[in-house]
Amino acid sequence: MANRPELLAPPEIFYDETEARKYTSSSRIVEIQARLSERALELLALPEDDVPRFLLDIGCGSGLSGETISENGHHWIGLDISASMLNVAVEREVEGDLLLGDMGQGLGLRSGVIDGAISISAVQWLCNADKSCHEPRLRLKAFFGSLYRCLSRGARAVFQVYPENIAQRELILRQALQAGFGGGLVVDYPHSTKKRKEFLVLTCGSIQTSIQTSKNEHGESCSEDDFSEDEESGTVSMSDRNRARKRQKTKKNKKGREWILRKKEQSRRKGNDVPEDSKYTGRKRKSRF
Amino acid sequence: MRLIVHNMLSCNIRGVVNKFPLRIEPEKVIVKEVDFNPDFLKHMIAKIDWKALVDGARSMGYPELPDHPPTTLESDESFLRKFHHSLLELNLEEGSLVCPETGRKFSVNKGIPNMLLHEDEV
Ligand SMILES: C[S@@+](CC[C@H](N)C(=O)[O-])C[C@H]1O[C@@H](n2cnc3c(N)ncnc32)[C@H](O)[C@@H]1O
Repeated sequence: MANRPELLAPPEIFYDETEARKYTSSSRIVEIQARLSERALELLALPEDDVPRFLLDIGCGSGLSGETISENGHHWIGLDISASMLNVAVEREVEGDLLLGDMGQGLGLRSGVIDGAISISAVQWLCNADKSCHEPRLRLKAFFGSLYRCLSRGARAVFQVYPENIAQRELILRQALQAGFGGGLVVDYPHSTKKRKEFLVLTCGSIQTSIQTSKNEHGESCSEDDFSEDEESGTVSMSDRNRARKRQKTKKNKKGREWILRKKEQSRRKGNDVPEDSKYTGRKRKSRF
Repeated sequence: MRLIVHNMLSCNIRGVVNKFPLRIEPEKVIVKEVDFNPDFLKHMIAKIDWKALVDGARSMGYPELPDHPPTTLESDESFLRKFHHSLLELNLEEGSLVCPETGRKFSVNKGIPNMLLHEDEV
């Protein structure tokens, strides 16, 4: 990101009505957010038993990330500080429940009730002090502490983040670990400045499945794993991540054609211009090569 | 806001002890149909504060839930349907949520509770 929106204005001001609309009408953004969300869900590693889970989407915005959760058959609560972004989510008739709130004030949720959390491109906002009463360290602490409490034991939280620099990354990670989480960083495309994506993968309480990031002996700090995959040249240098992908694609509870048809019908009823249904609707696209 | 959320949501004001459940003051309640999935209901029921759900549903005009959930859910479809309707289909579209201790009101507009705290509440 060349110009960081985090540096321009506080999130509830930056994501005003114009920005909220721009955000969801850009097919490029829609596609990127969907891909990041899909990857975050994969890293959540929910049990594959076809039982829908109750998840949290932190900084849900206009519901792009939440829609990926719905498509995978789960229920979700979305929290966001921008009323304009949430209004767009309402207009788009997302299936999750929405809350207007500031993650930096902590989540007011009961203990142990949430099965997992994702957050796409949002947590780095906490590193800024937008008001005189804001102290990033304390806001991160309130956030991670309350998140830890509301997750059920063994649940995971996956954050895709854009830290501005190493200090921010460390600040976020340190606060997460201090709250009691275990885990670390997963980096996709580490060698590409454009495509590099960071995911903080955290586990709450007893670790059921091992996390595929490496830790030092004390489990305190974590090194980055070299997950890389080069789509352009078609070479894959880390087979693990590909295997997980494939498994997920064959998951049964993924919403298919029926769900898409229903969504299109909903949208038509609102008077939107929706492409006609055909035998191709809901089919997987062939890869371009 | 659906009751599944109400059942998880507490007042987050600093120092408040008696923070759950928030009292519902409904102005407009709507029903949105949701696919019935017994597996999800069985997964959720252990996490649900039953009294809060019964009272919440009642305050939104649905008094059909029993005071206690049955001990076996397997064969009890009529119960699961009521549970499903209360938890996932009733929506508080407009109204308020009131903190049981402080009386602080969180308004709900277009189905979205405003849980933002004032600076002196954090
Ligand atoms: C880049 S957008 C991503 C939205 C959504 N997750 C997606 O993938 O489309 C970041 C979102 O984080 C929200 N956000 C920033 N700071 C926040 C805070 N303190 N509490 C809650 N949400 C916040 C913003 O309002 C914005 O909607």
